Amino acid sequence: MASHDHANDHAHDHDHEHHVENFWTKYIFSQDHKMIGKQFLITGMFMGIVGVFMSMLFRLQLAWPDQKFAILETFLGKWAPEGQMDPNMYLALVTIHGTIMVFFVLTAGLSGTFSNLLIPLQIGARDMASGFLNMLSYWFFAASSVIMLVSLFVETGPASGGWTIYPPLSALPQAMPGSGTGMTLWLVSMTLFIAGSLLGSLNYIVTIINLRTKGMAMTRLPLTIWAFLVTAILGVLSFPVLLSAALLLMFDRLLGTSFYLSDIMVAGEMLHNEGGSPVLYEHLFWFLGHPEVYIILLPALGITSEVIATNARKPIFGYRAMIGSILAIAFLSFIVWGHHMFITGMNPFLGSVFTFTTLLIAIPSAVKAFNYITTLWKGNLQFTPAMLFSVGLVSTFVAGGLTGIILGDSALDINVHDTYFVVAHFHIVMGLSAIFGMFAGVYHWFPKMYRRMMNKTLGYWHFWLTFVSAYGVFFPMHFTGLAGLPRRYYSNAEFPIFDELQDINVIISMFAILGGIAQLIFIFNFFYSMWRGPKAPQNPWKSNTLEWTTPVEHIHGNWPGALPEVHRWAYDYSKPGYDEDFVPQTTPLKDGEVAH
Amino acid sequence: MTGLMMVVVLFLAVFAAAQIMRIYELSVKVRQEEEYVVTDKDNSNQGRLMLLFGIGLIVAFFWMVAAWDKLALPKPASLHGVQIDQLWDISMGLIVVMFLIVQPILFWFAYKYRGKKGNKAIFYAHNDKLEFAWTIVPAIALAVLIIYGLTTWSNTMNPTTDDEPMVVEVYAQQFKWTARYAGEDNTLGYANVRLIQGANTLGVDTNHVNSGDDFIATEIHLPVGKPVVFKFRSQDVIHSAYFPHFRAQMNCVPGMETHFQFTPTVTTAEMRQDPNVIGKVERINAIRSAKGLELYEYDYILLCNKICGSAHYNMQMNVIVETQAEYDAWVKEQKTISETL
Ligand code: HEM
Ligand SMILES: [Cu+2]
Ligand SMILES: [Cu+2]
Repeated sequence: MASHDHANDHAHDHDHEHHVENFWTKYIFSQDHKMIGKQFLITGMFMGIVGVFMSMLFRLQLAWPDQKFAILETFLGKWAPEGQMDPNMYLALVTIHGTIMVFFVLTAGLSGTFSNLLIPLQIGARDMASGFLNMLSYWFFAASSVIMLVSLFVETGPASGGWTIYPPLSALPQAMPGSGTGMTLWLVSMTLFIAGSLLGSLNYIVTIINLRTKGMAMTRLPLTIWAFLVTAILGVLSFPVLLSAALLLMFDRLLGTSFYLSDIMVAGEMLHNEGGSPVLYEHLFWFLGHPEVYIILLPALGITSEVIATNARKPIFGYRAMIGSILAIAFLSFIVWGHHMFITGMNPFLGSVFTFTTLLIAIPSAVKAFNYITTLWKGNLQFTPAMLFSVGLVSTFVAGGLTGIILGDSALDINVHDTYFVVAHFHIVMGLSAIFGMFAGVYHWFPKMYRRMMNKTLGYWHFWLTFVSAYGVFFPMHFTGLAGLPRRYYSNAEFPIFDELQDINVIISMFAILGGIAQLIFIFNFFYSMWRGPKAPQNPWKSNTLEWTTPVEHIHGNWPGALPEVHRWAYDYSKPGYDEDFVPQTTPLKDGEVAH
Repeated sequence: MTGLMMVVVLFLAVFAAAQIMRIYELSVKVRQEEEYVVTDKDNSNQGRLMLLFGIGLIVAFFWMVAAWDKLALPKPASLHGVQIDQLWDISMGLIVVMFLIVQPILFWFAYKYRGKKGNKAIFYAHNDKLEFAWTIVPAIALAVLIIYGLTTWSNTMNPTTDDEPMVVEVYAQQFKWTARYAGEDNTLGYANVRLIQGANTLGVDTNHVNSGDDFIATEIHLPVGKPVVFKFRSQDVIHSAYFPHFRAQMNCVPGMETHFQFTPTVTTAEMRQDPNVIGKVERINAIRSAKGLELYEYDYILLCNKICGSAHYNMQMNVIVETQAEYDAWVKEQKTISETL
C-alpha cells in the first residue's frame, strides 16, 4: 500500500513539472523512461548500422581478396590504398564490429531500450525509481558511443586486437598500430559504457523490487520483467570485473605497471615488465564475458516469451519452469567462464570443472526451447512480424545452442577453438537470437513507443530476407571451421589447404550483402511509420499486460488516474469461461475462477 | 562528384519508396481495413512460408553436408586424435539428431497452428510430468557426454606412455615460429627473452649445462610413433600453436611456459597416400593451376590461431612426420647451439 501512495504523490510532482517542459527537457535531457528507452533504441540502431556495415566491408575482403573495391578506399581512405584493404584495417574492422554489436547494440540497444520502456509500464509504476540516474545512464552510453566512433578516425587506427583485447597485444603500441591511441579511446569508451550500464542496471533492479503496483506479485510478473531483472543482476555482478580488467590494462599501458606483462621483447625492444600474467586478464575478461552473452540473450528470450504467448493466444507453457530456467542459467553463467580458456595452459583439472558446469547449462536451455515449442502447440498463431522474429529466435537458439555442447567439451574444443566453427556458433546462438529478439520487440512495442503502427508487409519482407540470409551467412561457417580455418585471418591465401574454401566464403559474403540490404527495409519502415504510419489503437495485439492499459498518448506518470491494480498473471489467453481470447491483468477473477 | 550523385540517387530512392508506401496505404484504406491487422490470409501465407523454410533448412543442411563434408580435416595423425574424433562423431551425431527433430517440429507447429478466425487456442499452462521429462532426458544425455568427454580430455592432457617423450620447444614471435630441440640429453637448456642477443634470437643461456646440445630448426621433424612434448614460449604477445592435423592446440603466453604432448602416428608420406588427402590435393591443385599458382604438396602445418598482429594470417611452419631412420638422418645434419653460438 505504501508504494501505492508514494506513486500518487509522484504523479502530483509531475503535474508541476509539466509547465517547465521544453525541447531540451523533453527530448534531450529527458528523465521519462519512455523517452530514454527511445534514445537507447535510436542510438543502438545507429551503432548497429555502423557495425553491420563494417562486417560487409570485411566480408568483401574475405570473399574477393585479390579484387580492388573503390568503395573500400572511399570509406577507409589510406587504410585501403587503391581499394586494397590493409591487414591492420581488417583487424580493426573485426574488432570494432564485435565491440559494437556485443556492447552497443545488443547490451545497451536491446536491454537499455526495452528495460526502460517496459519495466515501469509492465509493473505498473509511474517511472523508474530514479529518473535522474536513468538519464545519466543514457548519457554515459551516448558519450561512450561518441568516443568509440571518434576512435575510428585516429591516425594509427582504432583498437584492433579483437573485441576481447587480450594483452600484451592490446597493451603494447609497438605490437600493432591499433594498440596506440585507438586502444586508449576504446578503454575510455568502455569505462563510460560500464558506468552507464551499472547505473541503468541498479535502477532496473530497484524499480522492479520496489515499485510494483498493487497485486503485482513476483509470480505475476510477465517473463519480460523477469528477464530484465536477472539481466540487470548479471550486469551488476559482472561488469565491475570488466571495469577492473580495463583499469589494470590502462595502468599497464600508461603507468608502466606489470599486471599483465612479463618478459617481453617486442619490435626489438626489451621491456622492463616482470611478473605479470596475461592469463589474469583472460580470467577477468571472461568473468564478465560469459555472463555477457546471457546479458544479451535473456532480454531477447523474455521478449520472445511475451510475443509468442500473445500471438499464439495461449499461456506461455511452464511459466514457473521458465523463471526457474532463467535463474539456473544466470547462476551457472558465473561458473563457466573457463570454457573460453581451455587451451591457455590452465590446469587440465580446472578445465574439467568448467566442462562440467558448461554442459549443465544445456539443461535449462533445453527446457526453455521445449517450452516455447509447446506454447505454439495447438495455439491460434497470429503471424505479426514480431511473431515471425520470435519463431526465428527459437530456431536459431536451438541451432546455435546445440553446437555449444561441442564447444563446451574441452576435449573437442582443442581443435576448433578460435576457428570459424566458433564464429558460426556464437553468431547463431547469441548474435542472431538476440537481434531477432530485438526486432520482435521493436515490431511489437513500436505502437507503444511511437503511437503509430509499423507496416506489416514490409515487416514480412524484412523478416524473410533477414532469416534466409542469417542462416546463409552463418551456417556455412561451421564447415570452414571444420576445415581448420582460424578466425581473425585477413586472408586465407597463404595456406594452400584453405584454397578450396573460397567458394564458401563467396556464398557467405553474398548472403551478408543481401542481409545487410534487407535491413534498409526495416530502417525505412521504422522512420516512415514513425511519422506516417496509421494511428495505433490502445491494445493492437490484444495483449494482457499493463502497458496496453495506458493511453496511446504519452503522459508523464504513464496512467492518467490511479495506478492499475493487478488481479492475475499475464498469460490468461484463451481462458475457458471468457468470450474474448485474452483477459488483461487488471480484470478481477470471477467468482469461483481459479488463477491459472 | 560520384559521391554527390550517390547521395542524390539515394535520396530519390527513399522518396520514391515513400510515395509507393503512400499509395499502398491509401489503397488499403479504400479496402477499409487496417494494414497492420493480421488477416487469415496473412496467417496462412506466413504459416506456409514457415513450413517451406523448415523444409528448405533441412534440405540445405543435407546439401551442405554432402557438398562440403569432404572439406573437413583428414583423419587424425595422432594417437589421442583418434579418440577426439570418436567423441566428436558421437557428440555431433547426437546434436544433428536433435537438430533434425526439433527444427522440423518447430516449423511444423508454426504451419499447423497458423491462426484462423473462429479458432481458439487451448488453455494449457503447464504439465509437470512433461517438464520433468525434458529436464531429465537432456540431463541423462549430458551426463553421458560429460563422462565420455572428461575421460577423453584427461587421456589427452595427461597421457601415459612407456617411452619418455621427446622434448621440443616451439618459440613464437610476431610473426614466425622457431623450434628448439632438446638434443641428446632430452632436456632444454634454460632460456629467457632477456638473454636475446645478436644471433642468440631465442635467448638461450649458453652457459647452462643442458643447452649445448640443443639445436634450432625452422621446420618440425618428428619420428613416427614416438611421443613428443612441446614446450611453448612466446617472445611478445599471445600466439596459439595450432596443429589441426594432430588435433592439438596450445596458447603460447609471454612470461610463462605451456606444454602439450602427443604421439604422431601417420608419417607425412603415408598421409599423402590417404584417398581423402589425394582428393583434396587434386581439388586444390585444380584451383591453383587455374590461377597460375605454384602446385601444392600435402604437409602437416602449424598455424597461429590467436590474433597476434598484422601478419597473424601468415604465421606458419611445416611439420614433417617421418620414420625413425629418416629422422635420425635429419638430426645429424643439424648444428647444435654449442656449434653455432
Ligand atoms: C550481417 C551480419 C554479420 C556478419 C556478416 C558478421 C560476420 C562476422 C565475421 C566474418 C566475423 C569475423 C570473424 C573473425 O575473423 O574472427 C565477425 C566477428 C564478430 N561478430 Fe559478426 N557478423 C554479423 C553480425 C553480428 C552480430 C549480430 C553480432 C552480435 C553479437 C556480431 C558479433 C560479432 C563478434 C563479437 C565478433 C568477434 C569480433 C572479434 O573477433 O573481435 N556479429 N562477424
Ligand atoms: Cu562463455
Ligand atoms: Cu601469432
